[in-house]
Amino acid sequence: MTDTTKSTRQVNVTSKTSVSVLFAGDSGDGMQLTGTQFANTVATQGTELNTFPNFPAEIRAPAGTIAGVSGFQLQFSSKPVYTPGARFDVMVAMNSAALKANLKDLHRGGIIIAGTEGFDEKNLKLAGYPEGANPLEDGSLSNYILFPVPILQLTREALKESGLSSKEIDRCKNMFVLGLLYWLYTLPLEGTFETLRAKFQKNVHMAEANIRAVKAGYFFGDETELFANLGRFDIAPQKQHGTYRRVTGNEACAIALTAAAKKAGLKLFLGSYPITPATEILSTLAKKKKYGVKTYQAEDEIAGIVSSIGAAYGGALAATNTSGPGLALKTEALGLAVILELPLVVINVQRGGPSTGLPTKPEQSDLFMAMYGRHGEAPLPVIAASSPVDCFYCTYEAARIAVEHMTPVICLTDGYLALSSEPWKVESPDNLAPITPRFHAPRQPEDPPFLPYKRDDRQVRAWAIPGTRGLEHRIGGLEKQNETGNVSHDPENHELMTKLRAQKINQIADFIPLQTIDNGPKKGDLLVLGWGSSYGAIKTAVEQAIEQGYSVAHAHLRYIHPFPKNLEEILGNYKKILIPELNNGQLIHIIRDTFLIAPEGFTKIQGVPFNEMEILIKITDIIKELQS
Amino acid sequence: MTENTTIPVLPVLIAKDFASDQEPKWCPGCGDHAVLQQIKNVLPELGIAPENIVFVSGIGCSSRLPYYLATYGVHGIHGRALPMATGLKVSRPELSVWVGTGDGDALSIGGNHFIHTLRRNPDLNVVLFNNEIYGLTKGQYSPTSKIGLRTVTSPSGVIDQPFNTAALTLGSGGSFFARAFDRDGKFLRSILKRAALHKGTSLVEIYQNCPIFNGGAFEAFSSADNKANNTVYLEQSKPLIFARGKRGIWLDGFQPIVVDLDKEGISSSDLWIHDETDINKASILAHFADDHADSEESLPRPFGVFYAKERITYEDALTAQIADAQKNGIGTFEELLRGDQSYEIKKA
Repeated sequence: MTDTTKSTRQVNVTSKTSVSVLFAGDSGDGMQLTGTQFANTVATQGTELNTFPNFPAEIRAPAGTIAGVSGFQLQFSSKPVYTPGARFDVMVAMNSAALKANLKDLHRGGIIIAGTEGFDEKNLKLAGYPEGANPLEDGSLSNYILFPVPILQLTREALKESGLSSKEIDRCKNMFVLGLLYWLYTLPLEGTFETLRAKFQKNVHMAEANIRAVKAGYFFGDETELFANLGRFDIAPQKQHGTYRRVTGNEACAIALTAAAKKAGLKLFLGSYPITPATEILSTLAKKKKYGVKTYQAEDEIAGIVSSIGAAYGGALAATNTSGPGLALKTEALGLAVILELPLVVINVQRGGPSTGLPTKPEQSDLFMAMYGRHGEAPLPVIAASSPVDCFYCTYEAARIAVEHMTPVICLTDGYLALSSEPWKVESPDNLAPITPRFHAPRQPEDPPFLPYKRDDRQVRAWAIPGTRGLEHRIGGLEKQNETGNVSHDPENHELMTKLRAQKINQIADFIPLQTIDNGPKKGDLLVLGWGSSYGAIKTAVEQAIEQGYSVAHAHLRYIHPFPKNLEEILGNYKKILIPELNNGQLIHIIRDTFLIAPEGFTKIQGVPFNEMEILIKITDIIKELQS
Repeated sequence: MTENTTIPVLPVLIAKDFASDQEPKWCPGCGDHAVLQQIKNVLPELGIAPENIVFVSGIGCSSRLPYYLATYGVHGIHGRALPMATGLKVSRPELSVWVGTGDGDALSIGGNHFIHTLRRNPDLNVVLFNNEIYGLTKGQYSPTSKIGLRTVTSPSGVIDQPFNTAALTLGSGGSFFARAFDRDGKFLRSILKRAALHKGTSLVEIYQNCPIFNGGAFEAFSSADNKANNTVYLEQSKPLIFARGKRGIWLDGFQPIVVDLDKEGISSSDLWIHDETDINKASILAHFADDHADSEESLPRPFGVFYAKERITYEDALTAQIADAQKNGIGTFEELLRGDQSYEIKKA
């Protein structure tokens, strides 16, 4: 075993609370894999962790260019962390483009580990540096701690007897980097070795070469004088004991749907069409056949949702997942699900829009579409997840509401949550809320006629599925007569049905938890009201503002339609409400419209998440203004 | 899912047991009435309890079909009956799932679903009412309208090449295609029954007259004289003979040729023998419709089963994959939540 706690030389190990690292390189450099592997190792130490990959929209953007830069950022800490870090402390730059694209987000005094081969004349030119300029040599990085490392050369040296082709050897350079970072943060190597052996089960040479590259990187850190002054770092673990797994938001959604079906005793059906950044929900569920999950990759977005409506009619827990352009295509079918009053979970992983927009970048700009994007009066519940792990609870909750209230539910996540990951303490089935489908019992000939649209006191109709004797009935998209469900064009009936459908959704407010204050005083100067993936940035900013003595609180909305019943009361307890959103201001309209108050908006529409610093500045500005 | 879905003892049912309490709202003289009647005639013959039958439809005159049948039924949205039926069939393979659709619903707005459903081959019985017109929206041309047809949206005549439903079905990998006629009830009934018994997507194209907006569109095949000369009824292993036994089809390589049985010294054994499992012959039959029944040499319009060859259905293939994934046991709830990459953090 490689002893990672001892060094061959005496190198200082400094304990740190928290560090944010960026692995950046060309999209062919394997940075996602390196970052993921590093994150797995960090997680197994019990350290708090949050990761975020940032890669180009193109599969193979021109090598060496800024457009081709792929990054994987993570923050790990002895304290809870909610974001991958507003800025990073350490940046691995495999080439000049990676450095150029990310330098602005590196802390002053931060560490740069630069792969020198990526800074040759050709790479510098591709990255757009002026002729003759090389940041590794011209002193322009003097505000940072720079380590130029001939990563490629060292990897080749280490693997020259591996028997691999030179191309294969070069591809192992990311493992060298990984080993070096393990040394720097006194992390163990064994887990990675196991992963590599499992991954290259059929190619032992490849596994061993990769392992040798990891070790070479590790020993390079240990043996070279380069890092002697810097020393090594140690981040103490924080997590309580227990069983954990690391999940991305998309994985969490997939697990939640399967779990909800298990809990409800239903079969899961997912009708879907691949779309970035939502596809992993489909691909993850396609691998869950062991749990009886049926996935259906349809010919288009419309067939994705409509096949799910068919499955819901048949009594399945039916779901569809998509992103903005796909949700737009599904809107007509959503109206059908509303009028049929069938349960359906729609997960919309938001991305920058309109149109194709920024497919790989997060935005919170589909809130209006989720709320209002249907023809006719077609209200449905809208809920939003706030973290990768919360994607599990939110999707599960969407399924609960859908099944118990016989309605389509839109669960909003975004590209940031979808791809970010964090450790999740494995949930016990017993802790999950019950989900109780109400199937209508078979009917005997002497029973009163079956009324498909007869409602209970929650305005919910029963689920009458084919195969149930005596319940043969016809329903459809045409307006239906109250109770009988027969086609009806009667004016009063249409108004009644429209109101009943809306009332059913509004009454869901009686079956969801009250809004809580996440942090801060129950009354005060400022309430930061967030929704969705901005949770981490707001949480961190508000924590810091409270530490600095400001009277500020944070509430984060999961239920956007209907709102929790006490929201108005909460909003009344602060002098000012601040609503940060990754859009041009959408929740703020809904809050204003519902409660007739004047909150202050704070928007960012750059395809990147908020960072805690920008929110903190906004908070302090507002409170100073309130006090002046 | 429920445990209460199957009923072992079936009462003997007749056609009127499958009539719902809703009065059909189709125009008088519409071919849809005749199709509905034949569906009601066929259903009792299948031995399937009404609660295990579902009719799914999209939008259009034909898509009102589910309302008039005392089975389960869903009237969906325009063009989307096939994916809805597929989702239902995939999640509930034991149900008998039917689709009522039209030329606009299936071939225009639902064209994409049409081709993809056929290649996947879920076990659906698709009844395509082809009246070569949009009826419900009052008479616009459809993707099967003939070139030159003057309608409210083609005042100078249609210039779009119409779809050849048979060729489209076969080209999409369909496992069953048959054509029938609204006015020939007995034949329609036999074809519907064949379609119902076919395991896989069975596509039945019914020439259905819309007396209001496209009356007489199929006149060339309906009046007694025209019918004899312009239609050929396909029977398995039988030669292609029409015109009251006077003419037949002889296959010269890939070229179908109309031959006069009286004059040319050709006996029926020399003629094309129908083989509904032969995709090549079915494809040639499909293109008979490109001929326009305007001369003695014109190829007749075929009716009957062009092609029927079973292959694995989508739901069976998926069920098999699931069974394989579960061969060492169904995944437990705990296993699901734990995943395969969990790790233990021990007490510090």
